Amino acid sequence: MTTEVTIFVNGAEQTRAVEPRTLLVEFLREGLGLTGTHVGCDTSQCGACTVLLDGKAVKSCTVLAVQAAGQHVTTVEGIGSVEALHPVQAAFWEKHGLQCGFCTPGVMMTAIGLLQERPQPSEGEIRSALDGVICRCTGYQNIVRAVQDAAVRMAARDAQTASD
Amino acid sequence: MIARAFEYTQAASVAEALAALQQDRDAKLLAGGHSLLPLMKLRLATAGRLVDIGRIADLRGVRRDGDRIVVGALTTHAVLAQNPLLREMLPVLSAAAQEIGDLQVRNRGTIGGSIAHGDAAADLPAAVLALDATLHVATSAGEESLPAEGFFLGPMMTALPEGGLLTAVSFPLPPQGTRQAYRKVAHPASGYAVVGVAAVLAMGEDGTVQYARIALTGAGAAPFRAHGVEAALLDRTLSAELAAEAAGRVGDRVEFAGDLYASPSYRRRLAEVHVRRTLMGLL
Amino acid sequence: MQLIGVPQKRVEDPRLITGRGRYTEDVRLPGMLHAAILRSPRAHARIQEIDVAAAQAADGVVAVYTGRDLAGKLGPIPTAWLPPDSDIKATAHPALAVDTVRYVGDGVAMVVAESAAAARDAIDRIKVRYEPMAAVVDQAQAMAEGAPLVHEDAPGNVAFHWKAGTVPEEAFTGAEVVVRRTFRQQRLIPNPMEPRAAVAQYDPSTGDLTLWATSQNPHIHRVLLSSVLGIPEHRLRVVSVDVGGGFGSKIACYPDEALTAYAAMALGRPVKWAETRVEHFQATTHGRDMVIDVELAGRRDGTMTAIRVKNLANMGAYLSTAAPGVPTILFGLIVTGAYTFQHAAVDVYGVFTHTTPTDAYRGAGRPEATYLVERMVDLFAGEIGMDPIEVRRRNLVRPEAFPYQSALGLTYDSGNYQRALDQALETVGYEEIRREQAALRQKGRYIGIGCTSYVEISGLGPSEVAGAVGFQGGLWESANIRVHPSGKVTVFTGGSPHGQGEETTFAQIVADRFGVPLADVEVVHGDTARIAMGWGTYGSRTTAVGGSAIAVAADRVIDKARKIAAHMLEAAEEDIEFRAGRFAVRGAPERAQTFQAVTLQAYLAWNLPEGVEPALEAAAYYNPSNFTFPFGTHIAVVEVDAETGDVQLLRYVAVDDCGKVINPLIAEGQVHGGIVQGIGQALWEGAVYSADGQLLTGSLLDYAMPKARFFPAFETAFTETPAPHNPIGAKGIGETGTIAATPTIVNAVVDALQPFGVQDLAMPLWPERVHQAIQAGRNGR
Repeated sequence: MTTEVTIFVNGAEQTRAVEPRTLLVEFLREGLGLTGTHVGCDTSQCGACTVLLDGKAVKSCTVLAVQAAGQHVTTVEGIGSVEALHPVQAAFWEKHGLQCGFCTPGVMMTAIGLLQERPQPSEGEIRSALDGVICRCTGYQNIVRAVQDAAVRMAARDAQTASD
Repeated sequence: MIARAFEYTQAASVAEALAALQQDRDAKLLAGGHSLLPLMKLRLATAGRLVDIGRIADLRGVRRDGDRIVVGALTTHAVLAQNPLLREMLPVLSAAAQEIGDLQVRNRGTIGGSIAHGDAAADLPAAVLALDATLHVATSAGEESLPAEGFFLGPMMTALPEGGLLTAVSFPLPPQGTRQAYRKVAHPASGYAVVGVAAVLAMGEDGTVQYARIALTGAGAAPFRAHGVEAALLDRTLSAELAAEAAGRVGDRVEFAGDLYASPSYRRRLAEVHVRRTLMGLL
Repeated sequence: MQLIGVPQKRVEDPRLITGRGRYTEDVRLPGMLHAAILRSPRAHARIQEIDVAAAQAADGVVAVYTGRDLAGKLGPIPTAWLPPDSDIKATAHPALAVDTVRYVGDGVAMVVAESAAAARDAIDRIKVRYEPMAAVVDQAQAMAEGAPLVHEDAPGNVAFHWKAGTVPEEAFTGAEVVVRRTFRQQRLIPNPMEPRAAVAQYDPSTGDLTLWATSQNPHIHRVLLSSVLGIPEHRLRVVSVDVGGGFGSKIACYPDEALTAYAAMALGRPVKWAETRVEHFQATTHGRDMVIDVELAGRRDGTMTAIRVKNLANMGAYLSTAAPGVPTILFGLIVTGAYTFQHAAVDVYGVFTHTTPTDAYRGAGRPEATYLVERMVDLFAGEIGMDPIEVRRRNLVRPEAFPYQSALGLTYDSGNYQRALDQALETVGYEEIRREQAALRQKGRYIGIGCTSYVEISGLGPSEVAGAVGFQGGLWESANIRVHPSGKVTVFTGGSPHGQGEETTFAQIVADRFGVPLADVEVVHGDTARIAMGWGTYGSRTTAVGGSAIAVAADRVIDKARKIAAHMLEAAEEDIEFRAGRFAVRGAPERAQTFQAVTLQAYLAWNLPEGVEPALEAAAYYNPSNFTFPFGTHIAVVEVDAETGDVQLLRYVAVDDCGKVINPLIAEGQVHGGIVQGIGQALWEGAVYSADGQLLTGSLLDYAMPKARFFPAFETAFTETPAPHNPIGAKGIGETGTIAATPTIVNAVVDALQPFGVQDLAMPLWPERVHQAIQAGRNGR
């Protein structure tokens, strides 16, 4: 019982055969080999699978691939590269916002989602925004510092773009 | 993690969705999927077919319609929390929505899905009860309007008719000067309400309470209106003493729920304390 | 450029932040099959019949295995720690249950199919007929007369009985003060964010098997699995490079890993198995679960003299790989904590129950020991009416006393416990908070301040001691440093970091010693094909032991390079100074050669000195002469809502000493993560079984993992008292946060509730429990 679904992933049109029950995270990992998005739980809580769907942070383990037909998905592979890191990636590196790295792509995508809505979040707002990610390694403190640093970097980048 | 196989249809209209439900008794509706899909992934729920209503434009939107505010069933929790009209006129609804799950869940979960699912510890039912909402349901036999009070019957049990589709939730405009608040004690694991209190109060010119709606979620077998608390408040001036007295009525004719995390007597205690504190916050 | 003590950004991060980490479940191989395991829904039952016909016939299914199918083909998994003189019943865990299931989660059958979905669907088609038997889940009940037996050959369900130390009876009968208390260390689920997985690939033409596994110690997996699978060790390669956290739960060798390997060999195609999170809850080792009776003797002047401890440790249904060492050696030898007890004795029973096997979990024995002694310090202080800080001051091992031999025979290497205590007190503003506490009590608000002064056993460890205490392995560590002809360096370590950052800290050590850029040094770990034998990462050993091996190997490289440089510079070896990457003649700095130039000559071998072979690389196998003993003081300030029992964390101060800090960014990160896990045990976490062995906290919906919003920002600092007996002076910091945080929080909450007469609380301190204690206090019970 397979069907074809087309989803735009990191800007590229991607068509794969899926079952209706195929999750978006499986479409990304198995269908496209984009293994940066991880599966950490089965109750939609840990957030390791977070991606942007039409610009909004969502848990890709709780979206069917077929639900996302025709929509735009951004994964960690699509936000930057080692040569050109996204400000959030640069901030996580700078502030030691990761240890084992398993939750990190999901945390960063959630941070991007937060900073889009709230470019200058307070520490309390950051900690609340992390409700949908579970990290067992960092104790969250450096994740918070990384998000704060990312906010500064993105504001500077936006100011730069505005003045360009 | 892997649901049982099912068929999938994307409905382009309410009529199409209703027809699909009629045709296939084993079909379930899919909106944001954040209540249904987790259950299916754990194989605690099954459906032979999912009818995806997520693209039906008619089910979206927040608008003022005369003396009511109409919220489309597909409105996400994120929109409920951020929409300026709702934040201004129905702040308890926005506040409750903001407490749901987390940032990612709020981008997908919908008011229609949440209410139809009927989780006894979900946040929106408390707000919907406290705002005297009307639930608009489409069925193959026509449209029905159901009052929120009486809609929530038990754990995962609502008065939604078989084969019905919740299309919108509408709210009467609250009286002038209404004070609203939502307060939640969240379960540290699931994030659901151990106790959630939605309060809507309006004072008369003489400063007495003329309108009181206090609704609780998480505390009993279903979200409920605390009529005892409301009755204690009416025609009286809100004060610390009145808040305590009224809160003491929270258990009138209610059986509190118990689980591993909180016993019924403790939930009752939490309900009383947080009703009192919510009222104090509205002083 | 100085690289030690520098907050260097991690070299691991570029691949991890761009989604290019290669975790086990990311591995994809042509022709790969997927495995799923049917696990017992019953805690104790006889398997009467397994009908796999429908599963075998299902779409996409290639094979179905039961325990009977594997008889003689796949060995059981043995435990690898046999404490001596403990009468240990070392029952081995069959890869799949044959006649009897012994815990919910025990593997019963494995399906291998073309897709993960097909495998999962086929699991539902397997029909098992069980004859249920009575189960026991609590260790005290399991030891009682008439309790159902988990293993026929372990009467009374006693897996082992271990003792250490002696206390003369007069130490208690003649004591001015005796305090007694029982503490329960609740069972925990480790929950690293990466679920366990395994991918196996077999080449029948060579007999080589490659196993990607989520392991904290790939060489240990290799040794154990080669015997379980009957495959020669040199033909088995285990790869565990990017592993998403472990916290002890990925030390053990598991049945499902062996099954995956077996299936790949039997079917001639690669096989992948990955646990779901719900499966992790049942099938991955649990932590803690000890019931500990403590008696403490002391004097009214605040001196603590003797401590006697009895521990009933719940081992679960089988002895996991490292499990027997946790409640015995790693717990028992440190129950005196940071204090100068004259006498100490420990009596430990390891008990079988029908639950998931337990094993090491961050701290592994030391949190349980630290908890009991730190809680007893507060109880003792309460009994004699003295400030618990003062009791700590009077009893902490003094700086002059090091190396200090404890009553249980450990030699604490170095320390200044008082300095850490003083610094923590000053940072938190202790006197001010006590004043604030008094003022708030007048207004019916209850804040509390709790302290822990800990010392713990890290840097596992001296191999002779390992052998003496029954660990079936060594605890030295390997380092191979290869300088390439161009002067770039590859460092091979037998440590196996999974988040702890040694790719960076080890590069710092080597780059610092060689005077080469950090970017010129690569650290390789986690692949048994590339790395000589090593013992992996747990017990806060990787930097202390692995880093020491690297320092020794680096110095050997420099020694050889110096000989070559001397020859190149036509000077005597004694006259060559090596600094900042240059070998120079003393007194004639212009006569110099760079490290890179010397390296090249080593490889060209055009003109090497007599007796020096070409190439430039060195190995070291560092066997420490002692454990290391990190220490510190943590202080927490909490507020308890007296109406609901809710606990709010107001402040958390940590002053830790892990010896020389190589990378403060990484060290601080370890402290943050450790603290959160320790607080998690105090306030929210706990695995709960029903009386008949059902895991009631079966998923993240019921088991409360710490979240960011629960915490204030921690105030952390380090003091540095170098480890005296290793070349880098480092002690280890991976577990101290967890060890210290749990009693710190409980002490704080109990302190807050002092006006209600609350003396102790059971963990986790859920609000209802705290509220009940307050009510009991109010009602004078």
